[in-house]
Amino acid sequence: MTFINYASREINCKIVYYGPGLCGKTTNLQFIYDRTNPNAKGKLISLATETDRTLFFDFLPLELGNVRGFKTRFHLYTVPGQVFYDASRKLILKGVDGVIFVADSQVERMDANIESLRNLEHNLKAQGYDLQTIPYVLQLNKRDLPNIVPVEDIKKVLAVKSEPVLEAVAKSQNGVGVFDTLKAVAKLVLQELTKSS
Amino acid sequence: MVMYDEEFNQIKGIISKLRVDSNAKLVFLVDKNGQQIAAHGDIENLDTTSLASLTAGNVAATDGLAKLIGEKEFSILFHEGERDNIHISIVGLRVILVVIFDQRSSLGLVRLRVKKASTELNDVFERIMQKVEQEKQTYGANFESPFAEITDEDIDSLFSE
Repeated sequence: MTFINYASREINCKIVYYGPGLCGKTTNLQFIYDRTNPNAKGKLISLATETDRTLFFDFLPLELGNVRGFKTRFHLYTVPGQVFYDASRKLILKGVDGVIFVADSQVERMDANIESLRNLEHNLKAQGYDLQTIPYVLQLNKRDLPNIVPVEDIKKVLAVKSEPVLEAVAKSQNGVGVFDTLKAVAKLVLQELTKSS
Repeated sequence: MVMYDEEFNQIKGIISKLRVDSNAKLVFLVDKNGQQIAAHGDIENLDTTSLASLTAGNVAATDGLAKLIGEKEFSILFHEGERDNIHISIVGLRVILVVIFDQRSSLGLVRLRVKKASTELNDVFERIMQKVEQEKQTYGANFESPFAEITDEDIDSLFSE
């Protein structure tokens, strides 16, 4: 739920990165954190296990600038991807304004992608949202690896509506597709704001 | 959620009074999704955005625990540290009130003052909800929000750097 503060003239939106374990959700956030102007970002918080697997969530507050005199803040969250952390995933979707599904493009991860996408749909429903209507972007990550599924084939399996689909290599030096994905979802969230207000 | 000037000032008044009355270092208010609503006290050296997000995560996780054992919610959480303590409570099922205090105050005093402030805060949030409803009814589909005219250029310019 977007928080609009007329008193301090701020809009706060919540974006959640979803996807199967090790698909690169935290890597997306880490890249955004590394490449953002220090004045525009807060601390990157990672609640992770000793082996750097996300335990509860990662959190990164971003300040993007002004829209119509309102300061826009985006709060980026990731969920823990591992199957058994489902209770935590559900909690993090509370009050979400936009979702980025990070798919792992490798052939052997397609089943995990499908399972995670179903799980997203289910958990969104539990929070009263509908994947068909919520601002949503599909990111195809790890496009640099050798054993990947062609884009068109992944889209056939994972696309749920006419959502923007972006190819990415979040781990690369220049984080191919990372900012484009964020931009795509931010755009949808702000457009939603023009509709619902 | 929406916040207006009038209610924002009332909220600020209530939490600053709570801070003084309870002898606390810091009082702040967060919505259940982790967005900070207002803060009062020594916030200079504190990352309040992270504090807000972690508090909401904490409350959400505790809520999950409560449901697991068949409780509606745990309405108060208390974390005791060597120097500072955190008292977290839920106001009107909607927002989270956080009080950080040290040995200059006590858990008893904080609880007492929080109770009174919670009732006042709840009233303010009720009014905000009513106001939002009223605006919806009065203006209906014609309600002109400042965001109705956000253009693609506006959005693109956010990412221009």
